[in-house]
This record gives sequence, C-alpha cells and structure tokens, in this order.
Amino acid sequence: MTSVEIPSAVDERIERVWADRPGLLGFFTTVDHKRIGIRYIVTSFIFFFIAGLLALVMRAQLAVPNGTVVGADAYNQLFTMHGTIMIFLFNTPVLAGFGNYLVPLMIGARDMAFPRLNAFSYWIFVGAGLFMSLSFVLGKAPNGGWFAYVPLTDKTFSPGINLDFWGLGVAFVGISTTVGAVNFIVTIFKLRAPGMTVNRIPILAWSYVAMGFMVLFAVPAITVSSALLEADRLFGTKFYVPDGGGSALLYQHLFWFWGHPEVYILFIPAVGMVTTMITTFSRRPQAGYVWSVGALMGIAFISFGVWVHHMFATGLPTTAMGFFSAASFVIAIPSAVLYMAWIGTMWGGKVRFTTPMLFALGFLIIFLIGGITGVMVASLPFDLQVTDTYFIVAHFHYVLNGAVVFPIFGALYYWLPKMSGRMLSERLGKWSFWTMLVGFNVTFGPMHVLGELGMPRRIYTYDAGLGWAALNMVISLGSLLFAAGTLMTVANIVWSRKHGALAGDDPWQADTLEWSTTSPPPDQNFTAVPVVESLHPLWFPGPVRLAIPADVDTAARTQGEVGALERTTPITSGLDSLPEFEVLVPTPSPLPVLAALGVTIFFIGMLISAAFVLAVGGLVVLGGITTWAWRTEMDHP
Amino acid sequence: MTADAVVAGQIAESAVLGPQARSRRVGWWGMVLLITTEAMIFAALLSSYFFVRANSNAWPQGGIAAPPLGRISVFTVLLLASSVPLFWGEIAIRRGEIRQLRLALAISFVLGLAFLLNQVNEFRTLGFSAKDNAYASLFIVITGLHGLHLIAGLLMSAVVQIKAGLGWFDADRHQTVLLFSMYWHFVDVVWIFVFSSLYLSTHLR
Repeated sequence: MTSVEIPSAVDERIERVWADRPGLLGFFTTVDHKRIGIRYIVTSFIFFFIAGLLALVMRAQLAVPNGTVVGADAYNQLFTMHGTIMIFLFNTPVLAGFGNYLVPLMIGARDMAFPRLNAFSYWIFVGAGLFMSLSFVLGKAPNGGWFAYVPLTDKTFSPGINLDFWGLGVAFVGISTTVGAVNFIVTIFKLRAPGMTVNRIPILAWSYVAMGFMVLFAVPAITVSSALLEADRLFGTKFYVPDGGGSALLYQHLFWFWGHPEVYILFIPAVGMVTTMITTFSRRPQAGYVWSVGALMGIAFISFGVWVHHMFATGLPTTAMGFFSAASFVIAIPSAVLYMAWIGTMWGGKVRFTTPMLFALGFLIIFLIGGITGVMVASLPFDLQVTDTYFIVAHFHYVLNGAVVFPIFGALYYWLPKMSGRMLSERLGKWSFWTMLVGFNVTFGPMHVLGELGMPRRIYTYDAGLGWAALNMVISLGSLLFAAGTLMTVANIVWSRKHGALAGDDPWQADTLEWSTTSPPPDQNFTAVPVVESLHPLWFPGPVRLAIPADVDTAARTQGEVGALERTTPITSGLDSLPEFEVLVPTPSPLPVLAALGVTIFFIGMLISAAFVLAVGGLVVLGGITTWAWRTEMDHP
Repeated sequence: MTADAVVAGQIAESAVLGPQARSRRVGWWGMVLLITTEAMIFAALLSSYFFVRANSNAWPQGGIAAPPLGRISVFTVLLLASSVPLFWGEIAIRRGEIRQLRLALAISFVLGLAFLLNQVNEFRTLGFSAKDNAYASLFIVITGLHGLHLIAGLLMSAVVQIKAGLGWFDADRHQTVLLFSMYWHFVDVVWIFVFSSLYLSTHLR
C-alpha cells in the first residue's frame, strides 16, 4: 500500500517510542494489542487442551458398559468443567484473542481504542481462569452441569464450595468479555484508516461489531443469573426458591437469554474468519458482501428471540413456545444467505486448496449438518423426544466444536505466518485437517444415533444390553483421533518456529490490510497509515497517497511518520472514515494488571466469605481505577 | 520529509493537539456502550421482578406492606434534580468557566448524597430482610444495586471535583466532565424505572 520512504534514524526513534519495557516488567505492563492478542490465544489454547483432556477421560469412562475409570461424582465434575472451560475459557477468549490481534491491523489502526482496558480484559480472563482452575487443585470442581440449573445447584442440594467456583467465576469472566466487546466496537467505529467507509469494512471486523453488541446485551443476563444464584447460595435470598416465593424457571430464562446469543457470539467471529479465508483462496472479490453483513446483523438480532427453545421441556404455554420455535426456524434464513455468499464466492473464483481453505470447507460441511439438526430440534415435537439425549450433545458439538474450532484452526494456519513470520507446514497441516475431520465426525456423528436410541446426557455409565456399547466404543476411538489431529497442529506450530519457511509480508496474496505490513508487524503496525480505496485494499489499491486532502496538515500529522513518532493513531468519522484528529496510544502501564488483581482478590473474598479479603480487593480495584483515570486530561486531550 | 524535519515537526506538532470535537470521541462511545450494558443489568433484574410478581398470588409477598410513597417521592425529585446542575456545569466548562463547573458539581454531589443517605435510612427501617421471600430479595437487591451505582457516581464526582479544583479543565479539555455526567444521568434515569416498578406499580390495583 502506501509506502513512504523513511530514513532509518526515524525508524529507530519510532521503535523507541513504541517499545515495551524490557523483561518481566514489560510482560506485565504491555498494552500492545498484538502481544495481548497472542497471549489470549496461547492462554485459551491451554484451557482448550485441559478441557479436551477432561473429555477424553469421559470417553474412556463411557467406552465400555459399566466403566470404572471414574465414579459418578468425578464424572459430574468432568462434564461440568469440560463445558464451562470450553465455553468461557476457550471459545470466547480465543476469539477475543484473534480479534485483538487482527482487528487493528485489518482496519489500519496502530492499536485498539482503549489499549489499557484491553490489557485489563486479558488479565481479568487470566484471573477468572485461575480462579476456576483452583477448584481442580482443591478437588472441588463445579459439578452441577455447565448451565447449573436450580434447584440442583442451590445450597440444599449442592452444599459444597464447588458451585460457588462456577457462579462467581462466570460473573468474573463476564467482566473481561464485556470490556473486550466495548473495545472492539469503539475501535471499529472510530479507528479505521482514512477511506475505510462503512462499505469497505472487512467482514471480519463486521463480525466483531455484531459480536460486541451481542455481548453487551446478552452477558448482563448471565451476570444477573449467576449473581442471584450466588446470592441465594451465600446470603440465603429466595430468588430461585419456590418455597420462598421465588421461581426456579426464572434462572433458566435468565441463563438462556444469554445462553443462546452466546452460541452466536462464538459463531459470528468464526463466520468472519471463514469468509475472509474463502475470499482470499477463491482469488476473487467476496460475493454478496452487503448481504453477508446484513445476515450477520440479522443473526445477531434474531438470536435474542430464540432462547426458550432450550426450555421446551419445562411446560411453558404453547403459544409462547410456538413463537420461539418459529423464531428458531427463521434464524436459518440469514445462515442460508451466508452459505449462498460462500458458495457464490467459490463458484466464480479459482479455489486454492490450502490448509486454511480446507478448514474453512470442513466448517461448511460441519455447520451444515449442525444447522440442519438445529432446525430439527427447533421443532417442538421432535425436541421433546430428544431433549437431554445424546442427539442434543451431537447437535451442539457440531455447532460449537465443529463450526467454531475448525475456523479457529483454519485461522491459526492462515494468520500464524503474520504473527510469527514463519509458515506452517502444509503437509502436516493437511494431515491434521483430515485427521480432525474424520475424528470429529466419527466422534459426534454416531451420537445422533445414540440419542435416537435413547441414551441420556450426563450419565456416567450404562448397562450392557441397551444396544449402546458398540457406538460408544466407536465414539471413544474417534475422540482419540480428533485429539491426535489437534496435536498435529501443535507439533506443526512448534516445528514452524525454527523450520518454517519465511512468510514475507503477504504469503497468501490476500486482500486485507494486515498483509500490507511486515510479518510480524512492527510495534506501531503501520509507520504510515494506509488510505483505503476499496473493500479489498491490497487487490484494488487506489493511488498511493497519504491522506484524504480535506486538511493536508492534519492528514500528514495523523497518518505519516509524525503520527508514529508521537505514538498516536488517527481517529476518523464513523461512516465516511474521514480523518478528524489523532489520539495518543497509552503507554505501557502496571495499572491494568493491578486492577485485575484487585478484582481477583475481591472474588476470592466472595468465595470464602471473608469480609477482610473483600475489602482489600475492593480497595485495590478502587485505587487502581482512580489512578488510571487520574491523568486522562493530560493523556487524552 | 527528512529526519530532521520529522523530528522538528514532532516537537512543533505535539503542542498542536487542540480542539477537534467535530465528532464523537472514543470516550463518548465507550461510555455509551458501558451504559448500554449496565442498563441491560437493570432490565434483567426488573424483568425478574415482574416475572416473579406475575407468578405470585399476593404482591408484595408474605404480608409485607407496599412501600410507602411519601418520603421517597421527595427524594426522587431531589435525585432527578441533581442532573440539572450538571447540564449547567457542562455548558459552563465549554465556555471555560471552571468556577461555575465546581459549583455545579458540588450541588449535584450534595443532592445525590442526600438521596443515598435517605436510602440507607430506609434500609435500616425496612422491617424485612432479603432472606424473607423473593419479593424482599428483589426489592433489596435492585434498590441496593442502584445504591451501589450511586456510590460509584459519587466517587467519580469526587475525583472530577478534585480535578476541577486543581484547575485541570478548560474550554478544550474537559472530556472527563462530560463522561462523568453521562454516567450520572444514567444513574438518575435508571432510578425512574426502578421507582416506577418497585414503588409506584405496587400501588396499582
């Protein structure tokens, strides 16, 4: 893109302006969205493998009838933590990680809108992750299922500390998701490169806008549902206690008001990734861009009107259920629009079957199956038959594992060269893909049949002679295959660190701005901020120039190397992306990690009901945030 | 541009970061989105309130009397009135009149504090506890959460007042004031919903 020759003396100065502090201090104080993004990805993959390991133990237990690997209570803890970790500590944060890394690069910004808040969001995630992991160390992991229905989870039936780890941990990690969402929306609204008008925003950035708004409207519901649960458990309130005038059903409503949008909160960024990869590897402009963006927004909106389909078996009035059933059917329409756009892009293009593209295609097949079973369970009579059976387990693994994990693995192959500067092995990548695809379908495909045969979810063992044994053995073997496939990618990443071919700026001949800078990108991302002339800026670049010439001085200052030297990033108008002014990118700071530490102490205080610990945590948070807000008039004029 | 010119330019330009409020700042968007998600928390709680109420035979439950309207109505007016000086303060600081801003912040703080003290007093004389039944739990948690937001608002106000006292704001640099007043207005507006739901609607027959 825009290449302005910069003398090396200036280069060094820019480097100094953007550099982190050295060593451990730098580790804890960095606000660089790229470091934070990679850290998010690494941390959440650790949780991915922990939760995967839990799943393998479950499969070992269920491989044969009357298995004796674990007992009933251990099994309860296993499936609860598997689901909880996968949703809260892997899927959500790993997508936040990719978004953190990619969104500023894709829109031509030098960092996120609120870099320190970004660091805070990461440290909160770490704190919440450690908080929930602590339950393992104590051998008291949550055991009430990942959605923790009352009355099973109230103090009477779950007296231990187990469920408190869940209730508090979920509210805890919600803070991270929420501030992350605010950051994504504001970044994409205000920090886009000049010329990136609304109809030139990359689809991945749009998907993070949709995801961000869904988080802001949905996460409060689970914060409230788990806060009230904890109030019932810790303080004896009566929200969910029917004897005290409360309602157990209220919990389910609140939980699923978040729970269903959450599925799409995970799915929509994955759609953004897949669309990006399909466009790049089809070598042609994205088909139906406006329709696809509209479909994302449609899905985001409709997903708030379908939550009751998780509660069909609770005996609600038929009219209400009819409405939610219909809405659940309707959501298939925007999904179909997306499919048409993907097929259209490939149809008119010249497809290259690289590893990331294979993962994208794998996603297309898996999400199709998961989508179809989704339409099946949206229908009331069918749902009542398969509720709480393995059919449901199969369905949501197709949409949450298949349709989210496959894009994420594709994204690793696609964007890791940008992050590390080295290519992954295509050969090993293809092995990994095919192993994962076969393993996935062998694991979760037969579960549909098991569900039809009546095998309920969440049973820790079953008798021989029910006709479930053979399929369960197949499933357990398939899960090993799937695990082996994921490990191949890990091996590939480790291998590539030393032996991978150098990536260069743009190994895929892709279209979006992150490929216009070096791999890995410099700390300031762009020394000169590019001017965007089309939806595919690297494919259809406009004339090389610095700015839209409304005000030449402002333009040169905001976008040129002066901006990089001053540690600023341009702010542009929301719709037309005209450069307006610049903001200073905050310097590295210990305050985010300190404030997150305070929040962690606070939640530990809640867990052990110790007023002193609570107060200490509260004071650290208060002090941290006040100091943080103190000099804004100096930092952000 | 040569290196020298860039360096010289940097020094010259750093002084120029001036008035540029042609459109919404990132801070404005951040606060709007924070308020959106906070509003959803209250929406979820008030929905819970009406959900439980719709499933109850008697409301309030357990023979608790409907909350009296007298005192709280007066203090509601005081709380809502606390937003007015902030409007004045915002206009004043846009003209660079920091004395007026200080006065406006102080008046609003006192009104907010008065409301909070009345709430504390009401909690002490409530006659029921959150453990009694779902009505009591909802009433105490919702008004309590609003109280916590008010405390947060008062703390913010204190910080902003110190900054105003130090003279850190002028006609161009006062984003903190604007963001703080947005939050304060939100806490006030939420109270309209809480008051209508928890107090007024209980008296509807």
